[in-house]
Amino acid sequence: MSTPYAKLPAWADYGLIPLINLAVAFIVAGFVVLLVGENPFRAAVILVEGAFGKGTGIAFTLFYATTFIFTGLSVAVAAHCGLFNIGTEGQAYIAGLGIAIVCLSFDSVLPWWLTFPMAIVASALVGALWALIPAYLQAKRGSHIVITTIMFNFIAASIMVYLLVGPLKPAGSQAPQTRNFLAGAELPKLNWIIELFGAKIRSAPLNVTFLLALLMAFLVWLLIWRTKLGYEMRTYGHSPKAARYAGISETRIIITAMMISGALAGMMALNPVMGDQHNVAIDFVSGAGFVGIAVALMGRLHPVGIVLAAVLFGMLYQGGAELAFEMPAISRDMIVIIQGLVILFAGALEHMFRPYIQALFASFSPRSVGMEAVKGKGA
Amino acid sequence: MDVFIAIVQILDSTIRLSVPLLLACLAGLFSERSGIFDIGLEGKMLVGAFAGAAAASVFHSAFIGLGMAILISVAFAMVHGFASITHRGNQIVSGVAINFIAAGSTIILGQAWFQQGGRTPALQPGERFDAIVWPGAEAVRDVPIIGPIYAELISGHSLLVYLAFLMVPFTWWVLFRTRFGLRLRAVGENPAAVDTAGISVAWLRYRALICTGILTGVAGAYLSMVQNGGFVKDMTAGKGYIALAALIFAKWKPVNAMFACLLFGFLDAAAIRLQGSPLPIIGKVPVQFMQALPYILTVILLAGFIGKAIPPRAGGVPYVKER
Repeated sequence: MSTPYAKLPAWADYGLIPLINLAVAFIVAGFVVLLVGENPFRAAVILVEGAFGKGTGIAFTLFYATTFIFTGLSVAVAAHCGLFNIGTEGQAYIAGLGIAIVCLSFDSVLPWWLTFPMAIVASALVGALWALIPAYLQAKRGSHIVITTIMFNFIAASIMVYLLVGPLKPAGSQAPQTRNFLAGAELPKLNWIIELFGAKIRSAPLNVTFLLALLMAFLVWLLIWRTKLGYEMRTYGHSPKAARYAGISETRIIITAMMISGALAGMMALNPVMGDQHNVAIDFVSGAGFVGIAVALMGRLHPVGIVLAAVLFGMLYQGGAELAFEMPAISRDMIVIIQGLVILFAGALEHMFRPYIQALFASFSPRSVGMEAVKGKGA
Repeated sequence: MDVFIAIVQILDSTIRLSVPLLLACLAGLFSERSGIFDIGLEGKMLVGAFAGAAAASVFHSAFIGLGMAILISVAFAMVHGFASITHRGNQIVSGVAINFIAAGSTIILGQAWFQQGGRTPALQPGERFDAIVWPGAEAVRDVPIIGPIYAELISGHSLLVYLAFLMVPFTWWVLFRTRFGLRLRAVGENPAAVDTAGISVAWLRYRALICTGILTGVAGAYLSMVQNGGFVKDMTAGKGYIALAALIFAKWKPVNAMFACLLFGFLDAAAIRLQGSPLPIIGKVPVQFMQALPYILTVILLAGFIGKAIPPRAGGVPYVKER
């Protein structure tokens, strides 16, 4: 079954519609600000200034963006295969365990450039393994991936709480977290890049994981659009029947896609754990996995879009912190509402404005829509 | 005798803890049986809890609170319907969105209106649903065995507790003995057939979601107006997802749902009661393991090791009318 909608020019499909959806989400969020009794326009100005006004703000924005690039890519890879990985949160959380094991064992012996690759492998491996069981159950036993990954989020949280209040907690400490890592597991900061442009940075956690995130975005693009595996994943995502007919193994493709997704989710943990806090603490993921859903939808599952959407959400997180400072009536939870609205309008209601835009295009130049439709068939 | 009293107390808190699960689980039953996946149970409970506690403390009436909880919760259910029925959006995505909007807006509005860090004012006696003491409960309390069971387990709960358990046979009756229920189940299995019979698929699913909204509203009201004397941020704490797990565990059947919720409520009650004290034979069980047990059991069930859970066939698929 094809989509019931005619094709729009690509720039409208990938640029205009997401922007309209985003605008509507922000307008509704503006009404919430109004309801709270503040001025939405002033709030928007504070938000953008807080995120991009100073060097420190930019560094923080990119630090948050790093996290969201990983989770966004994780959700997107699974989505290309027609799977909704809602378990990014849990996969990232449990990956903290892999990082903790590597860092706690080697941080006193090895320099960071040896610990980091090992931690990357460990986090990706643990994340992928945590996604393996739901993937296997989906592929072999037909249990719904959404439900199993939700359950695995809670199971991961229980395991991590158990470990962090028990075995992983240093003796004599009260806080539910591992001991602080030594210099061998602290990632170098990237703030000097922003300082090259003349901005001053006091202290911000932007670190080399940002580069890893960009590399992963490129690799995901390569995987999805330039490899046989990616082609098979997209085929299965579009039509499991067609994939089966083409001789693609259902089990293999589901498990591979979910493990890649889990690995990307797991790598997210590197950013806060090794780049910022230098320990594994309770709830260090704090919802970033769910932000990944919004980022992936916003970015229309394309790595470029995901990086842009991740920066947008990074801006919301950093600017939101400033906003909470300037307008006490608005706490950081405002971002959670915006996040929800973005998921609603860019995800569930993504086709709401499409018929109107199509009518608009058709009224301006009927041929542009028609011609695109003919071209679209070849793709 | 001490052991007996302890058991009665655990069972009593089992009932109290399973009520919100049960209401949310039955709510999910209505929507999933009609072919609409609902991950947003959690969010709808949360807005219900907030609206209920807020309205009750402003208007000084428990019933106005309950009404407002239902109203707002139904409104959120309608948003879910608008996205997933009218616009054929992804039902999971829509549910996730609702959970976020609920989590954020309850805190923001709560802080803006009441200035208590996202809490609503503590409810006064008339603004909560109080315990109903059954006739003769005090008189028979000292009678061995039957006394404590009658006084602790059966008597002494609030109106909403009895309502929740009455909803079980009522839901069963609606689903399996009325025309509406037959059509609702049919639309979850084969919407095209229902459409061919000249019944509106969309309207039927909207009505199912209204039922869902009402029940999640009551569940939320129970949390903030019975279990707790006011709204606290994120007070649902994953109960919506446990209810979802219970729904699968119950294989989408009302009576099973009650037992599943009682089981999960019992696990919760036992975890609170034991708090790490050692059990006979097994030894010390970590609290976290008890908390994770509902999820683990559901995964095992989903894996098909304890019978097979088969969801409604048309679940999660938006209905497109052939033209």
